[in-house]
Amino acid sequence: MSEKKDNLVINVDEIYAETSNWHVNAGGIKVVAKRMAGRFRRLKWFGMSVWLILFLGPYFRWNDSQAILFDIPNQQFNFFDITVFPQDIWMLSLTLLFFAILLAAVTSVAGRVFCGYFCFQTVWTDVYTFIETKLEGDTPQKANKFKNAAWSINKVSRVLTKHSLWLIIAALTGVSFTAWFTDAYQLWHDYLTLQASLTAWLVLGTFTVGTYVFAGFMREQVCFWLCPYARLQGVMYDQDTVLPSYDAERGEPRGKIKKGHLDTQKGSCIDCKVCVAVCPTGIDIRQGQQEGCITCGMCIDACDSIMEKTNQPTGLIRYASYKELHHNKNAVSIFKRPRVIIYSLILMAALAGIGYGFSNLSPTEFKVVHERQPLFVRLSDGSIQNKYTLKLLNKTKQPLIIHYSIQGLDGASLHGLRGELTIEPGKVVPVTALVRVPADKLSKDLVPIVFIGTVTSMPHLSIKYNSMFMGPK
Amino acid sequence: MAENKSNPNEVSDTGHEWDGIKELDNPCPRWWLNSLYLSGLIVVVYFVLYPSLPLVNDSTKGLLGWTQIKEYKEDLAKVEAKRAPFENQLAVMTVEEILADQKMLNYSIGSSKVLYGDNCAACHGMGGNPAAGSGYPILADDDWLYGGSIYDIEMSIANGRIGMMPAHSALLNTEEVDQLVQFVVDSSNGVSNEAGLALYNTKGCVACHGADAKGVQAMGSANLTDKIWRFSGDEEQIRHTILHGVNAVADAETRVAVMPQWSEKLAIMLEARAYAIEEGEDPNDIDWDDELEGDEAERLTETEIKKLAVYVHQFGGGQ
Repeated sequence: MSEKKDNLVINVDEIYAETSNWHVNAGGIKVVAKRMAGRFRRLKWFGMSVWLILFLGPYFRWNDSQAILFDIPNQQFNFFDITVFPQDIWMLSLTLLFFAILLAAVTSVAGRVFCGYFCFQTVWTDVYTFIETKLEGDTPQKANKFKNAAWSINKVSRVLTKHSLWLIIAALTGVSFTAWFTDAYQLWHDYLTLQASLTAWLVLGTFTVGTYVFAGFMREQVCFWLCPYARLQGVMYDQDTVLPSYDAERGEPRGKIKKGHLDTQKGSCIDCKVCVAVCPTGIDIRQGQQEGCITCGMCIDACDSIMEKTNQPTGLIRYASYKELHHNKNAVSIFKRPRVIIYSLILMAALAGIGYGFSNLSPTEFKVVHERQPLFVRLSDGSIQNKYTLKLLNKTKQPLIIHYSIQGLDGASLHGLRGELTIEPGKVVPVTALVRVPADKLSKDLVPIVFIGTVTSMPHLSIKYNSMFMGPK
Repeated sequence: MAENKSNPNEVSDTGHEWDGIKELDNPCPRWWLNSLYLSGLIVVVYFVLYPSLPLVNDSTKGLLGWTQIKEYKEDLAKVEAKRAPFENQLAVMTVEEILADQKMLNYSIGSSKVLYGDNCAACHGMGGNPAAGSGYPILADDDWLYGGSIYDIEMSIANGRIGMMPAHSALLNTEEVDQLVQFVVDSSNGVSNEAGLALYNTKGCVACHGADAKGVQAMGSANLTDKIWRFSGDEEQIRHTILHGVNAVADAETRVAVMPQWSEKLAIMLEARAYAIEEGEDPNDIDWDDELEGDEAERLTETEIKKLAVYVHQFGGGQ
């Protein structure tokens, strides 16, 4: 018993020892990341620029309508050439599935690519810190010096400029988001003349404050503590996932260069700490894989530049898998990894569904709703009457002229409709139709009947609906 | 709280230790603490802005003056503002014009659902289909006691209807009643019954139900030749109707058939209009001050009755 307890005490000390040089920044230290040029920096700019399409999309016209417009009052979604009606929204779920699985697939292959190159938190933070480092210094030392300097006109104007630029970007973000749901130019007019709706103001306010606080002040803390993807993505790694990693075998023992010469007794790492200085989340990649790493590759750029300067081969920090680093094995080809294969299959299924959906987008949608109460009515001459509501949605850009008829039920006659019906683009006009069948023609209480909506102006758009006629048992 | 810095993290601990595990006294993350303070602040702001603290007779009102009922009324006003163009147009349209205008027709049907459910469905059932055996008229079929035109329906709702058939228990003997029951059943099935017809003519049935037994809509008498029964097609029930009548005052077992009057005012107006048209006059020239006393009962407004007439007409049986 006492032996066990002794063991326990030793174990606890080990735990303390392990955590003694473990530091997690819970917002107490402001991360000032040095910006260095390089491959991954350029890749990051490419990823970030995709947001420009979404950011500026509402200001472009496309086929006479706004390029990006989720028109909720009129129930249609425009995305450049694509117009989607709520009836086609099942394709949205496939699109969401596609992107969710894409996230998982990419993560299992190459880590947190989304976090590192595309996530709006990363992108906006990068733009904000770009402004900040330009104005207040791009290393922690310069930033600290600036912070501790006495207040001068220069300092005040720099601080004011920074916050003004931040707020302008935040507000523009809010306007762009709001403009996804309404006419962009009208929205600007309403904002500038202070006539915008309360909703528009609230959305603008929320986005402005949210962007300002999240990208300006919370930054990597959002990734550490608020973001669920950050947690999820970590569990999607396996030993074959390539991640920005420090090659400890080659790098250790690290040591500073003395007198301008590499010490051959030591590893490649010269302990210059540039990889730490450039990290936007303030971690040390040399401690191994950790929750703060958004796999943005900035440390790879930084380390490569140092390796070049010290005449060593690049790649001390590189995209490498656990197997490669720890078992000296090459990573399994991605097409031989079951999870990649399964993800790819789901991706293809989702894509196929979306492709099918778009190639079969019907220009009309026809529904016939049978009256539920009463299911049928007996008329004075003994015949049975059923009531239906016919709903035809016009998804084309022209008005449609519709003529309804019935088929497939002997002796049935159609009543209650008044000739041809015009349906404007994007509208449904529900009309009531009465079908009468003499009692002796009804063999069962349930018989099929077909409704036909003939588009007299464009016969190829004509559409059918299979319904039922109900009578007494 | 002991200032114990013996652990490698250099964080002070609370002095509590179990099996070598120390409880450290790490501070909460600052963002978390700030959120906590912020939520506290929101509570204060909320208390100032909204009704919050219960007092003896009342509660604090809050600076915004917000109340649930006020919000409800504001929202209701918004809905009414949206409906106003339709309602204003309905007020000046005749029921026939509403039927001809698909947009107004759809609005009328859409906005009558609740009106019908509140005022009519208790007897006539949802969709104009009363519960089987309840004895209320079906509104969804094409058989109309008082006429199935849109104007007739409007009048029936406005003025109400009271069925009337004398009790015959004291006027007919059993044999005669049997013969008449048979006649009525035969008429519905399209079978001729000479003896029954003779009795039908001599016993006075013809006066109300008409020479062809098809009923007279001006009186609201039932059509005896169709497949639809006002009360029931069961022989015992037909006998009951003949013996005890409908709304026969002195008969305790009489059938009750009363449709309430929903607008005395509209009933008078409709009658005056119909009369004017019959006389070849312009109904717009009617002097309503002459016609109306000003204290006519109105359980439903004119527009509501128009909408209901259209709604009932569109059940599928309107003519």
